[in-house]
Order: sequence, then structure tokens, then C-alpha cells
Amino acid sequence: MTKFQGVDFYDVDGLLSEEERAVRDTVRQWVDDNLMPVIAEHYLAGGFPKHLVPQMAELGLFGANLPEEYGCAGLNNVAYGLIMQELERGDSGVRSFASVQGALVMYPIHAFGSDEQKRHWLPKMASGEVIGCFGLTEPDYGSNPAGMITVARESESGWILNGAKMWITNGSTAQVAIVWAKTGKPDDVESIRGFIVPTDANGFSAQDQKGKLSLRASDTSELVLQDVCVAKDALLPKSGGLKSPLLCLTQARYGIAWGAVGAAMACYDEAVGYAKTRVMFGKPIGGFQLQQARLAEMLTEVTKAQLLCLQLGRLKDQGKVTPQQVSLAKRNNVNIATDIARETRRLLGANGILAEYQAMRHLANLESVYTYEGTHDIHTLILGQEITGLNAFN
Amino acid sequence: MKIAVCVKRVPDSETRVKIASDGKSLDEAGVKFILNPYDEFAVEEALRRREHAGAGEVVIVSLGPPAAQETIRTALAMGADRGILLQADRVPADGLEVARALGAELKAGAYDLVLFGKMAIDDYNHQVGPMVAELLDLPCVTAIAHLEIAGGKGTAEREIEGGVEVVEFRLPAVLTTDKGLNEPRYPALKGIMAAKKKPLEVKPTALGAGSLEVLALSPPPQRKDGRVVGEGSAAVPELLRLLRDEAKVL
Repeated sequence: MTKFQGVDFYDVDGLLSEEERAVRDTVRQWVDDNLMPVIAEHYLAGGFPKHLVPQMAELGLFGANLPEEYGCAGLNNVAYGLIMQELERGDSGVRSFASVQGALVMYPIHAFGSDEQKRHWLPKMASGEVIGCFGLTEPDYGSNPAGMITVARESESGWILNGAKMWITNGSTAQVAIVWAKTGKPDDVESIRGFIVPTDANGFSAQDQKGKLSLRASDTSELVLQDVCVAKDALLPKSGGLKSPLLCLTQARYGIAWGAVGAAMACYDEAVGYAKTRVMFGKPIGGFQLQQARLAEMLTEVTKAQLLCLQLGRLKDQGKVTPQQVSLAKRNNVNIATDIARETRRLLGANGILAEYQAMRHLANLESVYTYEGTHDIHTLILGQEITGLNAFN
Repeated sequence: MKIAVCVKRVPDSETRVKIASDGKSLDEAGVKFILNPYDEFAVEEALRRREHAGAGEVVIVSLGPPAAQETIRTALAMGADRGILLQADRVPADGLEVARALGAELKAGAYDLVLFGKMAIDDYNHQVGPMVAELLDLPCVTAIAHLEIAGGKGTAEREIEGGVEVVEFRLPAVLTTDKGLNEPRYPALKGIMAAKKKPLEVKPTALGAGSLEVLALSPPPQRKDGRVVGEGSAAVPELLRLLRDEAKVL
């Protein structure tokens, strides 16, 4: 198996620190050695390669930008982004697994949890002993999470949760779920709070969603909560209002912006290799103008997306990043990655539809990534509101 | 047990090297450098010895330019305790000069074991390890694929033509490591962060001129295009004729 060399037309490497490059190289090599040989079979079989979880934990991939005192690697956000990039170079489903564990479960426990909750959960999640999932989206409330109907009622002994969540990555694998629910009236968005819910609690069930043609190497489930009783200390004390889960989504979207670059690089690399070796009409197809135009376009977009991510990461490390800036990067990068995957698929001709090659797997995955964590359209409206000051959501 | 591992900064095996304008060195622009892959086995073995014993120290020693600090930190990220860079502007072609500088440093360190990769993938010389052993008057086993150490003695196995050679030696000793000895670990992310804080001593080192000089480097000749001699069984007689008359391999 050849080692992935990355794509770096603008010496973006020169803008990274030694540690950042070392982190990237470690994950890149791990993906080459352990994920690439098995990803196609897991994708076809429709399941997450669970045997990789202990290795991912050992490397320190879960919650890697959270502090060392909780067993995490304590990396900066650029290094964290590079991890996401390299994981998604392998497969969006594997990156999603790490995103959910780190940005959507460990992050809210770290940001909104009590000291006790942090000390209890974070080390176990960093070590992969506990896998988590994040329940915000509901069957009827995707782009509009404010409308959620899942409720939590305080009782004498704790909280009682009722509702359903959908499109939950890691849902059937997880031992713990961060569930967002309204603690007040149905229209009281400010009453939304987060709860740490053990998935073996009575009344909690997770059902895998079948028939996916995308993210097949990732478990996606529907969660049903029927009179699920949890103790008082299941509440994330510092969570409050819709802004809490949205802060989590900003973390995850940040990782997705980087991840999309990884998928785009994988496809571009595959396209270049194929164009230089596939001979048609007596010469490599890379010698034809139509394919060169494809490749030039891909390289341009990959390079722009890389620089976008890097500056976004630097802003995040300086504490200056805005959710709108994250939206711009998620929106752009996933979009161009999807285009690059599609163009690679086409450049590969008939071979492009095979699992032996990467392009169509990435293309199918990216259609989900385009839609999840704020659809492309929703990010367009976020930017539109930022530009004009006018709300076009409703 | 105190173990020294000598490592070298080399161009990545996947990198496309270009010859510099002087015609006798590599153009380093855009070249990615890595820890010599054979040295990874040596680092891994040292770490396993230390972990197995529950005590000891693993010291990484390298001779090279300032950028070789990065190579040393890769080994520190894998888990080694500290590093020493013998800083020189260039690594001389004459392995003996390198061995002399390393030997002087290692002698002062009183190591129980000195490990090297069996060779560096840039010059393929296999020299420095055995030369250091000779300079320090220590036993040396090269290209080991298995190692056991107990009670001040060691047993190493070397894969030789058609068999395995078992060599017993006393400590301290110099060993060079081959593929198959172990599976080197990845530098984990915590290790990478920890490596920044581990001691790395830089010692300016003056080297002798040595008695070897590289006169010229040239890329291997371009391979000629292959030829299709036919298809199926009909092609066999022609193929045999070409193998006999042209390739002269039959």
C-alpha cells in the first residue's frame, strides 16, 4: 500500500508548527496502516469498524483539544483540525465517530458539566471505554431544533425524559447519550437543557436506521425515550437555552470543515494517480485538456479550502472565531469536497463506481455531510443574516 | 538499564529527491525528512526494554543539522526520555567520522546498551553501528531480528541466508536492528505534546574531514518502456526466445 503524501501546493505545511505536523503525520500513517485496508469492506457491510476504537483512543484522537487533566491530549485547535482532516481522508464515517465523541459529547460535558461530571466521564471517554452520542435532532425538527418536543420534567428523585431523537451517530454503540430536552413550556426555547443519559436506562432504546446509501461505515440510530428516569446530577448544570447545543455544533462544524478537506485531498490524489496511468487513445487521460481542467479546478479548490481552515483554526486558538466564520468554512469546504469527489468519480470512468476506489464512497458520504451539522442551505442563511442583519429563516 | 539509541534524519522513502546544482548533494527544498525507519525498530526495542524492566532510561543521540532536533523529538514522542544532538552543518560521507563523534559522546554516557538501525535508508552504508562498537571496544551484533537480555548477557538472532544465526554477547554491547524485531509504535498525540518538554541537549560538534568524498550523484537511468510480445500461448515461443537471446536470463 502506498503512503498518502497529502496535497500541499502552497506550502501550507510551512505554516504549521512541528507539533501540528507531527500530529498530522501520526494520524495519516495510522489511517494508511489500519483504516485504508479495511474501510471498503466495512462500508459495503454497513458497519463501523469498531475494532479500531481502542487504537484511536491509544493515539489520543478523542477530545484531543480538551485538557490533559482529563486524560486528553491538550492539543490546539489547528492540530485537532488536522486530525479530523486525516480521519476523513480515510472515511467521513470514521471522522464522524471521532467528531461526535469529542465535539458533541466530551465538549458539552467539559463546557457545561460540573467538576464531578467532568472527572467521571471525560477520562473514560478519552480512553474509549465509554462511547457517547448526541441527541438534538428529532424526526420533525432538523434544521429547526428550537421546535423540539422532547421534554424533561423534574421529579422528586430526578428528571423524567420523554421524546425521540433521529439521525444519531453512534446511537446504538453508545453507553451514554447527551440528550437535549425542554424543561419548560413547548415554546420555551430558553428552557432547553442538556442531560447525560446512560443508554441502559429503563425506557431508553436505540434502533439502527437501515437502508443508508451514505456513511455506511457509521452507525446511525433513532433514539426513543419513554419515561426515562435519571438522577438530578444527570443535568448539565451550565447548559441553558438553544445556544448550548449550538455551541457544540460549532465545535463539530469546525472539525467538519477540516474533515472535508481530507476527503477532497483523497479524491484529488486518486484522480491524479488515475489520470497519469490510465491510457486511452494511446496516451494517459491526464494528457487530455478536459481532464486537466478537472484536475486544475480540484487543486485550486483544495488549496483554498486548506487556507480557509488554517486561518479559521488560528482564529479559534486566539479565541476570536465566530460561529458565522465556522459556517462559511463548513459550507464552502463540504461543497467543494462533494464536487471534487463527483469529478473524481467521473474522471475514473466505470472504475469510479467501484468500492476498490475511494471517490464514490467519499461522494456518497459527503452528501450526508452536506446535509448534517447545519445543511448547506442553513449555513447560507446564517451568512445571509450576518451580512444583512436580516433573518431569512422564517 | 541505560540505553542509547542512535538515530539519523533521512529523506522520506516516498519523497522524490532532486540532485542539487552542485551535482553531488540532494536539493533539500520541499523534501520531507523522517526518522530513519530502521532506527524506529531500535527506539521501539529500547522502549520495550525500559517498560519491561519498569526502570531505566532511553537516550536518543543523533548527529546532524539543527533540523535533526525534530527527528529526535519524534523518538521522544514515541516515549524516549531525553535527547542529545551532536550538531554539525553536514553529515560527512565517511561513516568513520560520524562513528568517532558518536563514540566520544557514548563513551561518556556509560550505557548498558547502544542501539542503531542496521542502516540508514539514505546512504545504505551499514557502517556506523559496527564502527562505534569497535571504537568503544564493545561486542557488536548487527541486523538483529530477535533479542533477549538477562543477567548481564544477551542473546540475539540474525536472519542470515537460509537460516537463523543465534549470537550470545555480554553487556554492554552495540546492536543494530532489522525489520521483524518488533512493530514500532506510533508517536501518540500526548507523546507529541510531552516531547516538547523533554530535555534535548544540543552540542556543537566539530568533525574531521574524513577520507571519503562524494564526487557526483546521478539518478538511475530511465527504464525503457516494456514490450508486449503477444497474447496467450502463441506468445510463449517468442517470449522464450527474447528471454534467452535478449535478456539472457535463461
